[in-house]
Amino acid sequence: MADIMIMKEVEIEPMASRILLSSDDKDVDEGNEQELDSGFDNIIVVDNVPVVPGEKLEELEGVFHKMYGQIGVIKEDGLWMPVDPETQKTPGYCFIEYNNPQVFIYIELKLRLPQEKTNGYKLDKAHNFAVNMFDDFNKFFVPSARSTPFPNILSTTAGIRQNSWLKLKPIAIMGDVLIMNQTEELASRLGIDLTQVDLDSIHVPPGENCGIISDDEDVYEDDQQELDSGFGNIIVVDNLPVVPREKFEKLEGVIRKIYSQIGVIKEDGLWMPVDPETQKTLGYCFIEYNTPQEAELAKEKTNGYKLDKAHIFAVNMFDDFDKFMKVPNEWAPPEFKPYTPGENLQQWLTDEKARDQFVIRAGTDTEVLWNDARHLKPEPVYKRTYWTESFVQWSPLGTYLATVHRQGAAVWGGAATFNRLMRYAHPQVKLIDFSPGEKYLVTYSSQEPSNPRDANRVVLNIFDVRTGKVMRDFKGSADEYAVGGTGGVAGVSWPVFRWGGGKDKYFAKLGKNAISVYETETFTLIDKKSLKVENVMDFSWSPTDPILALFVPELGGGNQPARVSLVQIPSKEELRQKNLFSVSDCKMYWQSNGEYLAVKVDRYTKTKKSTYTGFELFRIKERDIPIEVLELDNKNDKIIAFAWEPKGHRFAVIHGDSPRPDISFYTMKTANNTSRVSKLTTLKGKQANALFWSPSGRFIVLAGLKGFNGQLEFYNVDELETMATGEHFMATDIEWDPTGSCDCISCLHFYRYVATAVTSVHEMENGFNIWSFNGKLLYRTLKDHFFQFLWRPRPPSFLSPEKEEEIAKNLKKYSKKYEAEDQDVSLQLSEQERERRRALKDEWEKWVNKWKRLHEEDKLERQGLRDGEASDEEEEYEAKEIEVEEVLDVSEEVVFFD
Amino acid sequence: MRPILMKGHERPLTYLKYNKDGDLLFSCAKDHNPTVWFADNGERLGTYRGHNGDSMRLITGSADQTAKLWNVQTGAQLFTFNFDSPARSVDFAVGDKLAVITTDPFMELTSAIHVKRISRDPSEQTGESVLILKGPQGRINRAVWGPLNKTIISCGEDAIIRIWDSETGKLLKESDKESGHKKTITSLAKAADGSHFLTGSLDKSAKLWDSRTLTLIKTYVTERPVNAVAMSPLLDHVVLGGGQDASAVTTTDHRAGKFEAKFYDKILLEEIGGVKGHFGPINALAFNPDGKSFSSGGEDGYVRLHHFDPEYFNIKI
Repeated sequence: MADIMIMKEVEIEPMASRILLSSDDKDVDEGNEQELDSGFDNIIVVDNVPVVPGEKLEELEGVFHKMYGQIGVIKEDGLWMPVDPETQKTPGYCFIEYNNPQVFIYIELKLRLPQEKTNGYKLDKAHNFAVNMFDDFNKFFVPSARSTPFPNILSTTAGIRQNSWLKLKPIAIMGDVLIMNQTEELASRLGIDLTQVDLDSIHVPPGENCGIISDDEDVYEDDQQELDSGFGNIIVVDNLPVVPREKFEKLEGVIRKIYSQIGVIKEDGLWMPVDPETQKTLGYCFIEYNTPQEAELAKEKTNGYKLDKAHIFAVNMFDDFDKFMKVPNEWAPPEFKPYTPGENLQQWLTDEKARDQFVIRAGTDTEVLWNDARHLKPEPVYKRTYWTESFVQWSPLGTYLATVHRQGAAVWGGAATFNRLMRYAHPQVKLIDFSPGEKYLVTYSSQEPSNPRDANRVVLNIFDVRTGKVMRDFKGSADEYAVGGTGGVAGVSWPVFRWGGGKDKYFAKLGKNAISVYETETFTLIDKKSLKVENVMDFSWSPTDPILALFVPELGGGNQPARVSLVQIPSKEELRQKNLFSVSDCKMYWQSNGEYLAVKVDRYTKTKKSTYTGFELFRIKERDIPIEVLELDNKNDKIIAFAWEPKGHRFAVIHGDSPRPDISFYTMKTANNTSRVSKLTTLKGKQANALFWSPSGRFIVLAGLKGFNGQLEFYNVDELETMATGEHFMATDIEWDPTGSCDCISCLHFYRYVATAVTSVHEMENGFNIWSFNGKLLYRTLKDHFFQFLWRPRPPSFLSPEKEEEIAKNLKKYSKKYEAEDQDVSLQLSEQERERRRALKDEWEKWVNKWKRLHEEDKLERQGLRDGEASDEEEEYEAKEIEVEEVLDVSEEVVFFD
Repeated sequence: MRPILMKGHERPLTYLKYNKDGDLLFSCAKDHNPTVWFADNGERLGTYRGHNGDSMRLITGSADQTAKLWNVQTGAQLFTFNFDSPARSVDFAVGDKLAVITTDPFMELTSAIHVKRISRDPSEQTGESVLILKGPQGRINRAVWGPLNKTIISCGEDAIIRIWDSETGKLLKESDKESGHKKTITSLAKAADGSHFLTGSLDKSAKLWDSRTLTLIKTYVTERPVNAVAMSPLLDHVVLGGGQDASAVTTTDHRAGKFEAKFYDKILLEEIGGVKGHFGPINALAFNPDGKSFSSGGEDGYVRLHHFDPEYFNIKI
């Protein structure tokens, strides 16, 4: 922003502005009829203003503010009257910038229709205003400079343009992140009068951008970023026939017909230059669309279009010419950059207390915290306002935190804090997805078409996370990406690309009658063709092996059965297939080690009026992949949820009718290894609708989310007993901490935690609770507008299985050390707590003493107020028990004594 | 602790007050009938009829644009102050010679604080205001006397606490925006000796202030908008009452409302416990001056009178 200040100075000097002028108005030279969308359509220029010395400037400005403020809201700093530095006088014109285009329309009506209103407004005899739209200057300005209607201004127009471009920029950037009225609200809360803030005077400390990612930076930082020239919506079509005058219109008609099918051509947006000597066309034309997306599409679709044999279209983006022209003819060796060692991105794993991190998003703040369960509170790591524009996401191994912005996505990480490591340019990105090994990042955006009959345009990019390079991009209409899913739900199901085969080797996309499997070595289809499967509905990768499970529904009204098959990649060989009859739907659930696959099959009853559910259980790792059929005891039960024990052989099913369904646990192993699935137990009538296994199995949280008001039951499946029940009222999300996700048994020592959160889908009670694995509520945090809670994932353990075994054997030894530490912490904690309480008590004591003293001092005065009644003692209220003895009756009686 | 349910009002409660001796409890509700109860057993002593506290005289303000002065024993109306807008809150000064009454913004009128002189002899009573304070935006929910009647402390919808000079009407102090409440202040409770006071606000917090310097001493954070606050005269406890906005109550589970009277340790800011029972937001809370019982009044029209169990007095945290 320092540049702005300099620009202002430079530009005031008329000489300098002329220099700028010649360089800037290239667009005029290139195509006179191009309408420049400069973004200054809310600026007007008032000429023939009195020339006043510096002292009178304010007075004049006041007059203007009054006059033009009546018509619309003038932007702050939107009235600018330049001063000639030599004479210290105004040059006789000024610029007024209005707030927004809406207001502007009003202004335009006001200014343009009744021309007399302000154009020609007589301030006094000598000064009849000449009011013009700022943009008109560019339009009317011709380099040959005939006499123009604005004698004073012409020389500086371009300079001003430059200046106000920079002036506008900070506002525009803020607008990206904040909605304007949010800014105002914030300002009013902080007690800042926005109208008195000179935005130009704000300097951001170097290296700090307040979380606002400026697009200028993009331009400065790397050249590959394209400069947004405003011509992104123009294409150049070459290899057109060269035609004489008479045929011009015919050719134009043909071209218009071809290109208007793709998108809306702007008015006067088709321009075919004519050679003035030969009066023939030059064999190329320019087409301007409404949006860059349409231009992009037109380029894609018509490049190589055969008009006839001799004329094959060569279509390019207008902007590309500039780009390619700039490429120097000589090859220059790339600059050698010395290696700079990066930070240890896994630093957080070496935390001495072996704590876990999590990120929360509430309001405009995004915050990373340690879960310090020993101290029963979170410890802040890093906090940033406006860190992301929609959501944040950890990479699957926890190395990066991804943020999403209008310009694209970014990843953050580092040893001690969070620095931006890489950015991925993808305008209007909506969704992102990491590959499981976090080597690649998939970004997705969809664009509303200008023609409502068309489907949305979808753009997907796959980036290499570390280098930031686009490995492959996919473009198409939403229809191509919205296939599959059950019941043909419209819209793209995310993630579009599903990763599989371990180590980020393959990714696959569901298409019409095909599954396209790509490999990441070349980013092309395996064997250069998709896997053809008629009518395929859904597929799912094994989490560990390159095996695809796919589901094809019934065809031909039941003549051809539905089937589930397992396909090996890359050989595309079918490993196993199972035909199923009268199926309405199938859902596939892989166990996390890829050992088992459960297929939930919904079948029609004989009457076809209702459905019932069964399971097909595949044992992938056994020879020939045996399949077992499992039906519930009551096969009419509705299945509410299903979940495999991670890394285990058990699964849990919620079945039956709301509001009190049953929960059953099954195991794939039995004591005598007969390989039959058997039921462990059924819990009757539980208020639950979701299952959350601990990442290392054994424990499960049976949760009643949403409709069940956040009932929680912590269940131990080994012992088949409930450890605890709890309630996080209205809980919407539950997540286990990732400690247990590594295999090492030593992790079992550490307490594991469960986070339950109420996100802002509910208006009340937003915040999160942290529970121990056995259902003890450790601490709770309330945050208004709570959006996200995410544990930072951990990568798998580096320990070899032998080492792990050793640790498991000597667990007691290791435990001792940690137990001692725990003890210390708790001692320290109680000491601290006592200290804190003492301090609070002391402080309070001070207040009370002070009050007592003052109260005593005021005693007399108070008595005066009470007319001398000493009623102060009432205030020290005391209940006394007074015994009153009253003699009621006395009688004498003579008692004989012998 | 078994509460005594006092059903006498047909509309939501707005205010509760004990007399100085702690044997009578006065309640106000939106049903126009201030009621007096025996504070020990909850028996109704009578109602004050006439609207469409000190042990001798009682002052009530009402939305019928009047404030009335009553004889507690007989229930006779002694005087009626007429205003142009609804009266919101009333408070007697030490010595009972002055009373402060706040009025709501109404029609074109802004809200105001009126200071009235109260004569010993009701027959000499006039309706003239000694002082009228104007300035705060929106409704002024409470105005009370500061130490020695020298100041008036007011708070209301604009979330700012103000201290005024009761002689000149000058604004002496304002709570600053940083430390102060963020939303409407709904209630204010003075300590027995007037040295400090507690304010409750819809920003889900209650704050303890020094009456003389307006220094923020403590902040109690809760989960619900606070409609009513009270301080125990006996122990270092404060009670916050409130709950979800009445208009949203029926749309959610009753537990979502959190219509609890929550007890906090006044010094350590820690939650001690809660007393449930109301099925609407709590609008009014009052401690018996002996500190051994308290009552709560809810949007549900009930007054619940609680005598503490013996264990309450031995709570240790």
